[in-house]
Amino acid sequence: MTQGIMSDPEAPAAVVAADVRRAERTDRIVGRIQRQGALAVLVAVVIIAAIAFPNFRSFDNTATILVAAAPPMLIALGMTFVIITGGIDLSVGSLYVLGGVVSAYASQWGLLPAFLAPLAVCGVIGVANGLLIAYTRMAPFIVTLAALLGARGLMRAISDEGSTTYLVKNSTFRTFGSGSFLGIGYPVWLVAVIVLIGIVMLSRTRFGRAAYAVGGNQDAASLMGVPVRRTQIWVYVISGLLAGLAGGINAAKLGSGVTVLGTGMELDAIAAVVIGGTLLTGGAGTIAGTIAGVLLLGVIQNMINQVGNLNSSYQQVISGAFLAVVVVAQTYLARMRRVT
Amino acid sequence: MSTEAVATRPAIDMARIRAWLPAYGVYAAIALLVLYNIAFTPNFLAWSNVRIQLIQVAPIVIVALGMALVIGTEGIDLSVGSVMALAAALIPLYLGYGVVAAIAVSLIAGAAVGVVNGTLVAKVGLQPIVATLALFVGGRGLALVISGGQLKDVRNPDLLFLGSGDLVGLPVLVWTAAALVLIIAFVVRRTVFGRRLLAIGGNRASSELAGLPVRRVLITVYIVCSVLASIAGILAVARIQSSDASAVGLLIELSAITAVVVGGTPLTGGKVRVLGTVAGALLMQLVIATMIKHNLRPSTTEMVQAVIILIAVYVARERKTR
Repeated sequence: MTQGIMSDPEAPAAVVAADVRRAERTDRIVGRIQRQGALAVLVAVVIIAAIAFPNFRSFDNTATILVAAAPPMLIALGMTFVIITGGIDLSVGSLYVLGGVVSAYASQWGLLPAFLAPLAVCGVIGVANGLLIAYTRMAPFIVTLAALLGARGLMRAISDEGSTTYLVKNSTFRTFGSGSFLGIGYPVWLVAVIVLIGIVMLSRTRFGRAAYAVGGNQDAASLMGVPVRRTQIWVYVISGLLAGLAGGINAAKLGSGVTVLGTGMELDAIAAVVIGGTLLTGGAGTIAGTIAGVLLLGVIQNMINQVGNLNSSYQQVISGAFLAVVVVAQTYLARMRRVT
Repeated sequence: MSTEAVATRPAIDMARIRAWLPAYGVYAAIALLVLYNIAFTPNFLAWSNVRIQLIQVAPIVIVALGMALVIGTEGIDLSVGSVMALAAALIPLYLGYGVVAAIAVSLIAGAAVGVVNGTLVAKVGLQPIVATLALFVGGRGLALVISGGQLKDVRNPDLLFLGSGDLVGLPVLVWTAAALVLIIAFVVRRTVFGRRLLAIGGNRASSELAGLPVRRVLITVYIVCSVLASIAGILAVARIQSSDASAVGLLIELSAITAVVVGGTPLTGGKVRVLGTVAGALLMQLVIATMIKHNLRPSTTEMVQAVIILIAVYVARERKTR
């Protein structure tokens, strides 16, 4: 080996170049799997489900999956922004329930209040989260944990300790929740538009770039002149607003502000984001991955419903196992990239 | 001369208070609350009331002890509630072989969860929040599958003794919690394992370079945390005299994290305050009890808890920047 190099000085350069090229190719492929892995698994699961369950293939069932995935999608979208900046938002589950109750209560004044009231209430809590995290440098985990408790308390306070269920009085709002356009529910269309806006914001605006920079290295971003605090505050506001809106959509769908749903919603959202390839360390991630993550969890739930005799406990077991497998795979892929 | 003294004294006092508050603030808050209750709450010092408060706080203390160790390594364990449910679901299944066998199976299941968590964190290199999230989601599902989603009554007298029996005037539950507190305090302060744990939490990279068995210590810490959670699960079954996998340990991870944080253990690792954690759990219990006694609604209690968490963390943060 050494002799070959000694005798022919041209060879090592070529070998090295080939090595570099091969490494680059591996890097590219591994990177693509890491980014699109959730999509690949989603496609695989959908194909399996379509073969195994005849009912799965129907248009109605697809529409059902999409409508069910609409509120979690909004929450996971907000969570993606937060996680990209290196933070975490545990308060979204509580905000989701709070948003639903507020929306149902406000629906007595008309369609617009039913949409705006949850946005206002949850947006304010998002502002509080953002200000505390950006200016006092307390850990996002703790600040949003406190917000989880606070928002739940607020929700119980306005619903007589959870015993009053406000019915949605506005019929237009109810139609929004249950009606459909081209066979697909209105909420899905609304969520699709918001997700598109989110994708543009994250990949095409200064705010999106700043979010990645803050998550990548906060000090470096600060030195480069990225408005770190403003970016941090905005991601928590976005997360709060989207959680509130998701609650409102759910209230429109159910026709009432249910006070018991939403426990563990924040962890489902984190799971979907992580499955979608966004790293919890911040600085990396895509909304496309999050969409795949949310749909994957939705399809799995739908499949388990199709089997029928499997109860929802199995769904938790499978989601948990799935999360572990995907995250471990993501970690190894990320490590492979760093090595090569 | 005199004006100078007047000018400097408040500054010194502030600095002293700032240094003192994170370390002893919890105890001061407990003292204040106890004094308030003695003055304004009827029957607060009645033995029956003290007894109930101690019995209610015991499981949280036990879980919070494990959580404190995990947080000391700069980790977090979200799966403790699910581990409690798992332990609770296994108890009625194996009670036929005797109490010892049932408890042993539950503890082994807890240890197994700890091994999985620890391996994911230490060997695979996942962030603790994600690693334990998997078992948070899956663990309770598994517990529900095992129990068939049904509430099962437990009538074994030996097991029920653990939950409602007395030993020298104090409930067995409280004795167990106290013993575990002493053991964990000893481990943290006086053993090599405790030192290693704190070193890893303080600086994992340099601990590795110094030749500490980082992975082994981390896995052990997660096992200890899960086993403590399963003890809490077993005691919960013994106390409520039934096994309900859907309710046991629900949201206890939040109470445990709160107790640890309020007790002055920083989330950044490298420091574990065992007695502070116990005090944190007691403080939150006292707050809840006080508000219930004064007919404040649970919703208000939750909002007050949120504020207390924020204040505790804010106060602890001041010390770090100094």
